[in-house]
Amino acid sequence: MSDSDTSTSVELLTFKLGGQEYSLDIMCVIEIRGWTRATPLPHAPSFMKGVINLRGTVLPVMDLAERLGLPVTKHTNRNVIIVVKHENSMTGLLVDAVSDIITIAQDDLQPSPDVTSGSGQGFIKSLTLRDDQMIRILDLAHVVKILESDAA
Amino acid sequence: MTNPDPMAEIRASFFIECEELLEAMQDGLQTMDDGQQDSETINVVFRAVHSIKGGAGAFGLEPLVRFAHRYETVMDQVRSETLAITSDLLKLFFRAADHLSDLVRLCRDDMDIPQAEGDAILAELDLHAGATPAEEEDEDIDFQPLGLSLDLDFGDDDDTTGTSSYRITFAPATEMFETGNDAVPILRALADLGDCTTTCDAERVPALASLAPETPYLSWTVMLSTTAAIDEITSVFEFVDGLCTFAIEPVDNEVGFSDEAFPDLPPLDLLPEPEEVELPPLDMLPEPAEQISAPVEDTPVVAPKNEKPARTAPASPNAVVRVDLDRIERLVNLVGELVINQAMLAQSLESTTLSPHSDAMRGLGEFQRLTRDIQDSVMMIRAQPVKSMFQRMSRIVREASAAVGKDVRLVTDGENTEVDKTVIERLADPLTHMIRNAVDHGLEDTDARIAAGKPSQGQVRLSAAHRSGRVVIEIKDDGGGINRPRVKQIAIDKGLIPADSTLSDSEIDNLLFLPGFSTAATVSDLSGRGVGMDVVRTAIQALSGRISISSTKGEGTTFSISLPLTLAVLDGMVIKVADETLVIPLNVVTETLTLRADNLDEIQPGLAVVRVRGSMVPLFDLGRHLGYRKQKETYVDDIVLLISKEDGNQAALIVDEIQDQRQVVIKGLDDNFYRAPGIAAATILGDGQIALILDPSDIVTQAAQDAGHPNVPQKLEA
Repeated sequence: MSDSDTSTSVELLTFKLGGQEYSLDIMCVIEIRGWTRATPLPHAPSFMKGVINLRGTVLPVMDLAERLGLPVTKHTNRNVIIVVKHENSMTGLLVDAVSDIITIAQDDLQPSPDVTSGSGQGFIKSLTLRDDQMIRILDLAHVVKILESDAA
Repeated sequence: MTNPDPMAEIRASFFIECEELLEAMQDGLQTMDDGQQDSETINVVFRAVHSIKGGAGAFGLEPLVRFAHRYETVMDQVRSETLAITSDLLKLFFRAADHLSDLVRLCRDDMDIPQAEGDAILAELDLHAGATPAEEEDEDIDFQPLGLSLDLDFGDDDDTTGTSSYRITFAPATEMFETGNDAVPILRALADLGDCTTTCDAERVPALASLAPETPYLSWTVMLSTTAAIDEITSVFEFVDGLCTFAIEPVDNEVGFSDEAFPDLPPLDLLPEPEEVELPPLDMLPEPAEQISAPVEDTPVVAPKNEKPARTAPASPNAVVRVDLDRIERLVNLVGELVINQAMLAQSLESTTLSPHSDAMRGLGEFQRLTRDIQDSVMMIRAQPVKSMFQRMSRIVREASAAVGKDVRLVTDGENTEVDKTVIERLADPLTHMIRNAVDHGLEDTDARIAAGKPSQGQVRLSAAHRSGRVVIEIKDDGGGINRPRVKQIAIDKGLIPADSTLSDSEIDNLLFLPGFSTAATVSDLSGRGVGMDVVRTAIQALSGRISISSTKGEGTTFSISLPLTLAVLDGMVIKVADETLVIPLNVVTETLTLRADNLDEIQPGLAVVRVRGSMVPLFDLGRHLGYRKQKETYVDDIVLLISKEDGNQAALIVDEIQDQRQVVIKGLDDNFYRAPGIAAATILGDGQIALILDPSDIVTQAAQDAGHPNVPQKLEA
């Protein structure tokens, strides 16, 4: 992939979350792995599922649906953990299922409407349409950053 | 990772080198202070200062160059024996050395440099330099290994304004090229000093057929017109001293040499920029006078007092590789993986029905042994001798004793004892504090010492030794010892203990560690900074260490710190609470016991205590406080761990099961992400699951806050 490509198009990993289609920039995805039991952290916010052993690294895992304020679905064996890296720290995001890798032209991305209230505020960076289906592109920095109020 | 700025990298390595040079310098000064003032030692110090100056010049660190230069000038007079070493001069050298290290650090961090102190030291240095009668010596001496005598009538070289001319002849010997030196940098350095005209004498070059490529045939004559003093010119030849023949003769100014006299020579400014003048690497130099004391291994060596250590013949240079810390971290992490993997493999093999004499099981045993060896070796990479820290402490002693007007000598022992780098770094602050305490509170005034029939000079002994898998650091003063009646009275006055308590000597001594305790009647400039021994103890405990105190009236006080060799592994107790596996650091657990109806008391709902030999210890249910389960109906028959908290109080933690005691590899939790209260770190168990490592003190503090748990009064009884 050359530099000119990245400026005009972006590759996204799409996944399902509570019946909706979400996506992340594939460049921040390290790997995708199956669900394993996490060691719970005491007094953690409810969306923090705990920590798992990722080949020797202690990886914190969060339930992305809960993090975004979506209805919590029961975990099944189909659930996967997307391991993402943001500013040198790695996080596991628990999602329902991974769907596809798509390439979207930069021009087709629309900024998400400015919503000042609502539980999911600020998590969606931009939106795009594909086959008449809306795909939400997550702002990873926002997702993995735990605010003081979240942790309390 | 690539560094975008190669210059920054070179700069960084210069400062690393500086640290080594400063260490060598301190070492040399210490040796001189111990009475060994041979030319070898003086040379080591001189070269260290000189190399710092050279490097600093290349990076344009003006203040550093200026100070180092004047320091070096005085040093050079000592070296050439025109200036005698007195104890005053040595003290000044120590101060100048301290200041030089400050300057290096300030330059490294790009900070502003305060002028005053440097100027004061410089003034004193100049005084010494100026006090020396200028000595005239015949400059025709062709070659002298220790440099020529330098104090000609040029006065202080900084003040010299007139231009003088010199004829410098220079002929390299074969050894010069063998040691990796080159003639060009020397000529370049000369050109740097002033206007010069260089002639090359190629007469000795033989016919090509008989030319030996390694043999130097050329020699040079340089006519130099410069404002620099002759010692500056001599210093150009510093590093090729003995590897060439050179002579510097002053030439009458009237006989000017112009370029016309040598029309066929290229002007020297065609040569590359003078910044590239490179000092030869330091390892060419004779080995610095270190390794004086024998390495201290398992047995603590008590060095005879005030005796010169047996000086071994200069050891051959240590082959040292400088490795990026990140790479070591990575290696340490990988070895951690290996240990975990090996445990997992062992666990799964044991669950099969293999015979213990099968090849697989025997192989596993071998594998375990290898893993342990690898782990030990890797941990040793991070280990560093405590020497650098001890040197910092000798500076603390100098400053502290000057501040309180006491004559104090620091004696160090076992400075080659190796400890994990992180441990050393984090030990510096508590140790500084304890050393200051020893000087300020531990030692008596000079008058009191003389009255007690002790030598007027107080002594603080700092020693390090390996003892049964831990490192023990002792700070011992020969002062008056702890004034126990006074300590007890203060503790009573401050309400730390009941007035009628009877305490043993060691219990009184331990009162010093209580928060809010300070014995100094007047808050002194030095140690009364609101930091008590309790902070020292907290810092030591944060390193999984223990601190103890012992004191004999009239003979002094000893603080003894016992530390693990590494922070990467931890001796832990593996416990189970509400089906979660957890690890508690073994060093905080004092004992385990089972709750029975007759030692368990409920004070109010949710608040219970256990009676242990007469004292009431508050009970905390780990499962409930970690949020793993609800409050239990009864605690009878539960297992509790008695832990000693950092403030000296005890607490009892209820657990479901004690599984094991073992070494675990510490995995840090990412603090940026989410900081779980009461959790210090994590580890990976044999089955691949993560277990959290608890911070018991934090849990108890948190739990007490959550529940509005009143502080249960405790009787001080052992």
